[in-house]
Amino acid sequence: MSESDWTLQSMISASPRHAAEDPPWARRTLTAVALVFLALFLGLPLLVVFAHALSAGLDSFGNAVSDPAALSAIRLTLLVAAISVPLNAVFGVSAAWCIAKFDFPGKRLLITAIDLPFAVSPVVSGLVFVLLFGAQGLLGPWLQDHGIRIIFAVPGIVLATLFITFPFVARELIPLMQEQGPEEEQAALSLGASGWQMFWRVTLPNVRFGLLYGIVLLNARAMGEFGAVSVVSGHIRGRTNTMPLHVEILYNEYQTAAAFAVASLLALLALVTLCLKHFLEWRMGRRQGAADAA
Amino acid sequence: MSIEARSIAKRFGSFTALDDTSLSVKEGELVALLGPSGSGKTTLLRIIAGLDFADTGSVHFDGEDATERSARERRVGFVFQHYALFRHMSVFENVAFGLRVLPWRRRPARTVIAARVHELLRLVQLDGMAQRLPSQLSGGQRQRVALARALAVQPRVLLLDEPFGALDARVRRQLRRWLRSLHDELGMTTVFVTHDQEEALELADRVVVMNQGRIEQAGRPEEVYHSPATRFVAEFLGDVNVFHARVEGGEARVEGARFEVAREAEDGHALLYVRPHLLEIVRDAATAGMLPVRVERVLAAGPTVKVELLTASGELLQADLTQEKARELQLEKGEQVFVRPRENQVFYEDYTI
Repeated sequence: MSESDWTLQSMISASPRHAAEDPPWARRTLTAVALVFLALFLGLPLLVVFAHALSAGLDSFGNAVSDPAALSAIRLTLLVAAISVPLNAVFGVSAAWCIAKFDFPGKRLLITAIDLPFAVSPVVSGLVFVLLFGAQGLLGPWLQDHGIRIIFAVPGIVLATLFITFPFVARELIPLMQEQGPEEEQAALSLGASGWQMFWRVTLPNVRFGLLYGIVLLNARAMGEFGAVSVVSGHIRGRTNTMPLHVEILYNEYQTAAAFAVASLLALLALVTLCLKHFLEWRMGRRQGAADAA
Repeated sequence: MSIEARSIAKRFGSFTALDDTSLSVKEGELVALLGPSGSGKTTLLRIIAGLDFADTGSVHFDGEDATERSARERRVGFVFQHYALFRHMSVFENVAFGLRVLPWRRRPARTVIAARVHELLRLVQLDGMAQRLPSQLSGGQRQRVALARALAVQPRVLLLDEPFGALDARVRRQLRRWLRSLHDELGMTTVFVTHDQEEALELADRVVVMNQGRIEQAGRPEEVYHSPATRFVAEFLGDVNVFHARVEGGEARVEGARFEVAREAEDGHALLYVRPHLLEIVRDAATAGMLPVRVERVLAAGPTVKVELLTASGELLQADLTQEKARELQLEKGEQVFVRPRENQVFYEDYTI
């Protein structure tokens, strides 16, 4: 080879690189962009919430949180979550099981119906309930005759939250169960297990992390829902205010520090949810990795 | 326990999986359901197990009608194609499952269950793996756990759905031999489904060949191989040479050559089926009427020598020779030789207009 060939050769081989690897500067830039984005839209707001919450001092924080109206809001939020989470978890498991393991008429309709709350604006969801159960609504007169209050009372809030958090567990479990297939359950049956035994010993344990994950998301949404609840609640202080609604009221009355104090409780919930979610994803990933490697 | 399936029919939408199929399995027999995909063999097996239900027909165990009973009540051991082991349970818990879900009146004590599980693991040569998870086992090991699990509840019948389909060739052959010896030891009525004809012929007491929802032939392995009842069976089991022939008075004319056929053969256009090891190659046409062919390839690596031959009309034939015969003939590519079937079978084409 000539002299120039050697020079060209050495230039090409000077930086030996895997064809599929990105250059380091590309990797670092992208990571930096992602981190900045995260810091700006996630980290900063959280920081601001906690900073403002404690800005008027720890006493003020304590007062804001132990105010009767605030306590009532916290109680209501917990009540709504306590009702919505188990109900929608049970519904989600049942629906996912039917959809994943069976074929039946109306299956597609059910799948679409489950996705409905995601497609509809929460405010519209709330409005639907008002149109159904409100005084001028479809069932209004009947409810009034029987002395049942749904709208502007706790039942309405629970119903609206149930509707909004409908899909969470189902959407999480359907692909999981579909992927697992019916064979393990059939094996359990052929070995003599009853329907319940099959469900408790085989079906549930197989989806336990997906289920927990769905419940965590469900809980977060149940506690933090604003739009739909706002429409149906009537904002009666001390009676039909959940925590998010209470924060709004305080903020509108220029009690900024108090508003942020209550909001910080919700932010704390968000952080705990994120940690749980991260942990569960890690556990699911580990099991999937073990299954894939086998 | 004997099994009898009477006139089973099953359709999935517009697809007929089983079309008036009847099967009977004697106590202690090892039967293979052999056929290509879509032949209905797995459907039939699952209907026997109670995992699927027939549209019409009935299933009987030891003469008793079990058609209405669920899978749970039938007490059949089923081994799935992809094992279906409980992924979150250890090997021990998998095998113990059937015993643990027994109604509490019939459930054995924990120590008894443990003893039985370990006995079964020893039987399938997996002692010491009791605490492993399925994801930590190889394919062959998982299959053996699935078998042990099915045997734990002492089923009356063992049903296996393509048990070795997902394993590599060597493991498959080992497990085949092992399953046969296990069957001989336990004497349990066993039915297994396979698309691998070598497996069926090697393992089974009786082979049931299925095609498109029907049973084409049922008989001992030698029977179905050497005396196929239909064209499908002849073509599905092993290699076969097919000649288009004209039959007249006990003689078949193939491209000018004349071969003797069974006297009962009807006159007319027919198909002559000759197995490769029954196709004789000679150098000189001692008698008139032998088929002239040209040697295309000689494959000498293996227990027999496979010779590929081309007829004048361009048909490719295969002849299997013993090593000694091949040495005697010393065939070379391009040579012109003659062939003659030592034995043959005549089938007729179904005419459809």
